[in-house]
Amino acid sequence: MMKRRTLLAASSAALAAPALPARAQGKTKITFWYGLGGALGEEVVRVCRNFNAAQNEAEIEPVFKGSYVETLTSSIAAWRAGQAPHMVQMFEVGTGSMLAAGPAMKQTWQLSQETGVKIDPSVYIPGVRGYYSLPDGRLASMPFNSSTAMMWINKDAFQRAGLDPAKPPTTWQGVVEAARAIKARNAAPIPMTTAWPTWVHFEQYGAMHNLPFATKGNGFDGLDTELRINAPAYAKHLQRLLDMGKEGLFRWGGRDNAAEPLFVSGEAAIQFTSSAGRAAIARDAKFNWAMAMLPTDPEVNPNPINSVIGGASIWTMTAPNRTMAEYRAVANFFAYISQPAVDAEWHQRTGYVPVTTAAYELSKTQGFYEKTPGTDLPILQLSRGQLSENSRGFRLGRMVELRNIIQEEMERALQGQQTAQAALDSAVQRGNRVLREFERTARG
Amino acid sequence: MERRTIFSGWALPAALVLPQLLLTFFFFLWPAGQALFYSLQRQDAFGIRTEFVGLENFSELFADPLYVETIWRTIIFCALVAFISMALALLLAVFADREIRGRGVYRTLLIWPYAIAPAVAAVLWLLLVHPQIGLISGMLNAMGIAWDYKLNSAQAFTVVVLVSAWKQVSYNFIFFLAGLQSIPKSVMEAARMDGAKGWRQFRTIVFPLLAPTTFFLIVVNMVYAAFDTFGTIEALTRGGPGKATETLVVKVYRDGIVNLDLGSSSAQSVVLMLGVIALTAVQFRYLGRRRDS
Amino acid sequence: MKRGTDWVAHAVLCLGVALFALPLWLVFAASTQESGAIARGNVSLIPDPAGLGVYAQVLTEGAPGAGPVWRMMLLSFAMALGITIGKIIISVLSAYAVAFFRFPFRMVAFWTIFITLMLPVEVRIIPTYAVMAGFGLINSFTGLVLPLIASATATLLFRQVFLSIPDELVEAARMDGAGPWRFLRDILLPVSAANIAALFVILFVYGWNQYLWPLLVATDPKLDTIVIGIVKMIGTETATEWNRVMATALLALLPPVAVVLLMQRWFVKGLTEGDK
Repeated sequence: MMKRRTLLAASSAALAAPALPARAQGKTKITFWYGLGGALGEEVVRVCRNFNAAQNEAEIEPVFKGSYVETLTSSIAAWRAGQAPHMVQMFEVGTGSMLAAGPAMKQTWQLSQETGVKIDPSVYIPGVRGYYSLPDGRLASMPFNSSTAMMWINKDAFQRAGLDPAKPPTTWQGVVEAARAIKARNAAPIPMTTAWPTWVHFEQYGAMHNLPFATKGNGFDGLDTELRINAPAYAKHLQRLLDMGKEGLFRWGGRDNAAEPLFVSGEAAIQFTSSAGRAAIARDAKFNWAMAMLPTDPEVNPNPINSVIGGASIWTMTAPNRTMAEYRAVANFFAYISQPAVDAEWHQRTGYVPVTTAAYELSKTQGFYEKTPGTDLPILQLSRGQLSENSRGFRLGRMVELRNIIQEEMERALQGQQTAQAALDSAVQRGNRVLREFERTARG
Repeated sequence: MERRTIFSGWALPAALVLPQLLLTFFFFLWPAGQALFYSLQRQDAFGIRTEFVGLENFSELFADPLYVETIWRTIIFCALVAFISMALALLLAVFADREIRGRGVYRTLLIWPYAIAPAVAAVLWLLLVHPQIGLISGMLNAMGIAWDYKLNSAQAFTVVVLVSAWKQVSYNFIFFLAGLQSIPKSVMEAARMDGAKGWRQFRTIVFPLLAPTTFFLIVVNMVYAAFDTFGTIEALTRGGPGKATETLVVKVYRDGIVNLDLGSSSAQSVVLMLGVIALTAVQFRYLGRRRDS
Repeated sequence: MKRGTDWVAHAVLCLGVALFALPLWLVFAASTQESGAIARGNVSLIPDPAGLGVYAQVLTEGAPGAGPVWRMMLLSFAMALGITIGKIIISVLSAYAVAFFRFPFRMVAFWTIFITLMLPVEVRIIPTYAVMAGFGLINSFTGLVLPLIASATATLLFRQVFLSIPDELVEAARMDGAGPWRFLRDILLPVSAANIAALFVILFVYGWNQYLWPLLVATDPKLDTIVIGIVKMIGTETATEWNRVMATALLALLPPVAVVLLMQRWFVKGLTEGDK
């Protein structure tokens, strides 16, 4: 009994203490809900602390809110109750839904205009900026953690297969050949696998080959958009994956990032995943590896352009009684993280790409890319060629569900239940239904 | 079973139930009522634009052949999970109820898994059955079984059923053990005198006496399988491959939380809720009839 | 003959025990190994004694993304205890009222609550949050505990228990001239002690394992429970410290397991007696 009482007392004491944080008088308190776990979450907190230390007007409280999906749910519940946080980190595929939220969000251009804090869209890398901008170039949200999809190769397996590990394949035809060589020499149990199947093989594939993913400029120009991924070029690529699967060259590793352990464990010789996976691979892979640009298909487009980003941006949320001082604090934070030094430090510590051109230049002059060769490849891939209507990003509602539908249809095709074309036709049909439903709710 | 009330007055009982009623009203009834109302609406995620659409959310659901498939899949899933976890638990409970050495230890070792958090269970099984890196998969592959539940619907379904059932075994074990212990020794003695032993004794004496426990557990397990297996399925297969392991609650989550289609997910919840209520009602009626006869 | 069936019993029970113990052993073994071994999937079944330091490490420092584990364990403990005790008190009181007083609409009330419990948490979240915010309970310890205290099942269970108390006992108490409070304190509570203990176990485990509510309601990192802590340690695009995650998961298991084991005897007994 005694013991329980002391435990209770101790726990209530522990609770009471942090309930009264040392609140600096006169500082504007703003909250920032983020969705990054592990070491990256600590980096988010670090950036906020640095901001708090760098000025005296405002204090940011960063709060972890689970995955991006859980963060979004929390934000919606909070906004409905008039308790929204000042800022919320939201993944790139949520952009369409956030834009449809109208009065719940204060878009970055609006924030800049009202507070007078200058936030110039032109400082951001075009591939990053495009995703989070309105069609006329005004920023809707604040670019934050950004990455892109890359190809990763097991150099040891390449060696064993008699391939040159210094020259990873740059075309899909080359990938198929390399996979055949790996299988023929038994250089790795799995020649090729992929994480983020939809992101890599449809979103990135479409952007780089300058193919529309959906009509209306991938949804930028209107809610009445329809999927276009059953076009012959996409069907050709899915057919290639199916053929590779049948030949034993490609192994489906699961949805989203479920396939990542296959590469780290050394089983898969080639994989595709986010450039942000670098830190994990560097720590855990017990073999020589390299990151390379995503392969393209010259038969579809001999002059591939930029890939699109993944990651998240920061949205400013509204609430009743929110003061101009609070908005100004948010705007100041945005301006702060856009400073080349801050952005470059974020980029170098996290493995995300810099969001501003100046931070990229700064990292170059600091010799970062000599110290860690290859870390500039994602930036080069993101800024290749001329940004087009097809490569600036996606503005589709319920994008997570669209990704899921595509993954489901891929899985059914890979099990031999349907052809590539049938899978994509079905995905388009089901996806369009989701888009129409979203259009109706967003129009009201 | 009603008891004659023994105390009079209304102020005291009202004061006694008030906290419960207030909490229930504010944290269950009121929000649940709103959620039910959502099923008749079309609204965007932030609740900025709402429109009353009557039963449209329901008619859209049943017009979708994929949804109807999911209903059937869920029924099969729940039945299998309930059956497997209860059968296993009953088997263990019957043996743990015997007069054997170390039964106290066995009981303890079978009861503690009750405390395993769903989140922990999912991480754990992910380690064990992952197609390429899992321990169990390694053994299956060594035995010549091409194990790849990420791309084999039957294997995926098997995995989610087994893992979901696993989580519920110790709960059922506790109730079956309690049920077995409440069977009077004299009854068992009498049965033994009559020559009923082993399987026959179990079938003719023990199992009928366990009927109330069994019926209670059927309801609890069906509810568990219908609602609380979401975390397991999400962690292991996310409903895939294709839709092979998508149950109704996975779809509720997908549409309500990921997809933010509150109207449709509320409508789906109503369907799910009616299903479970119907099931419970059938159980109670069946149970009542058995008792009467 | 007898020995033969005993062997069968031992074999079956051992297999049953292994079914639960082995996965946990694997988690334990994994927690002592290098994080990369877990990410690569080649976890050895033999723990590495050198890696045991991870337990001290997570307890005092935590892991990237989350604070020290002891702190989150303490909070989870307080939350689980708060939910458990609150629920038991409230349920006992209302069951008492329903069982021993004349009270209109009692069955209607029960069925309504029973039905609403069948509504998945996912669809109730947004409206419930609004209610919480209306009471100003967001981001407070009270907010963590209070909404989880209402319980139809616990009330039903106690009502069941109270109704099974022999009429003679009730009659005797009345003859003694015991008032409602004395009756509750001197007769009902002692008689249903085993049931309370059983419910304590069930509710403690329930409270300890909560995830979605605490995540939604608490925005102060100081209000992180251990289950949230585990999730915080797992990143998607980062090098997760898997050994620390495993160690934390195992530590998170200890308090509820301890409660189950300590109260095991009453647990099984309490369930039996309610079933009369």
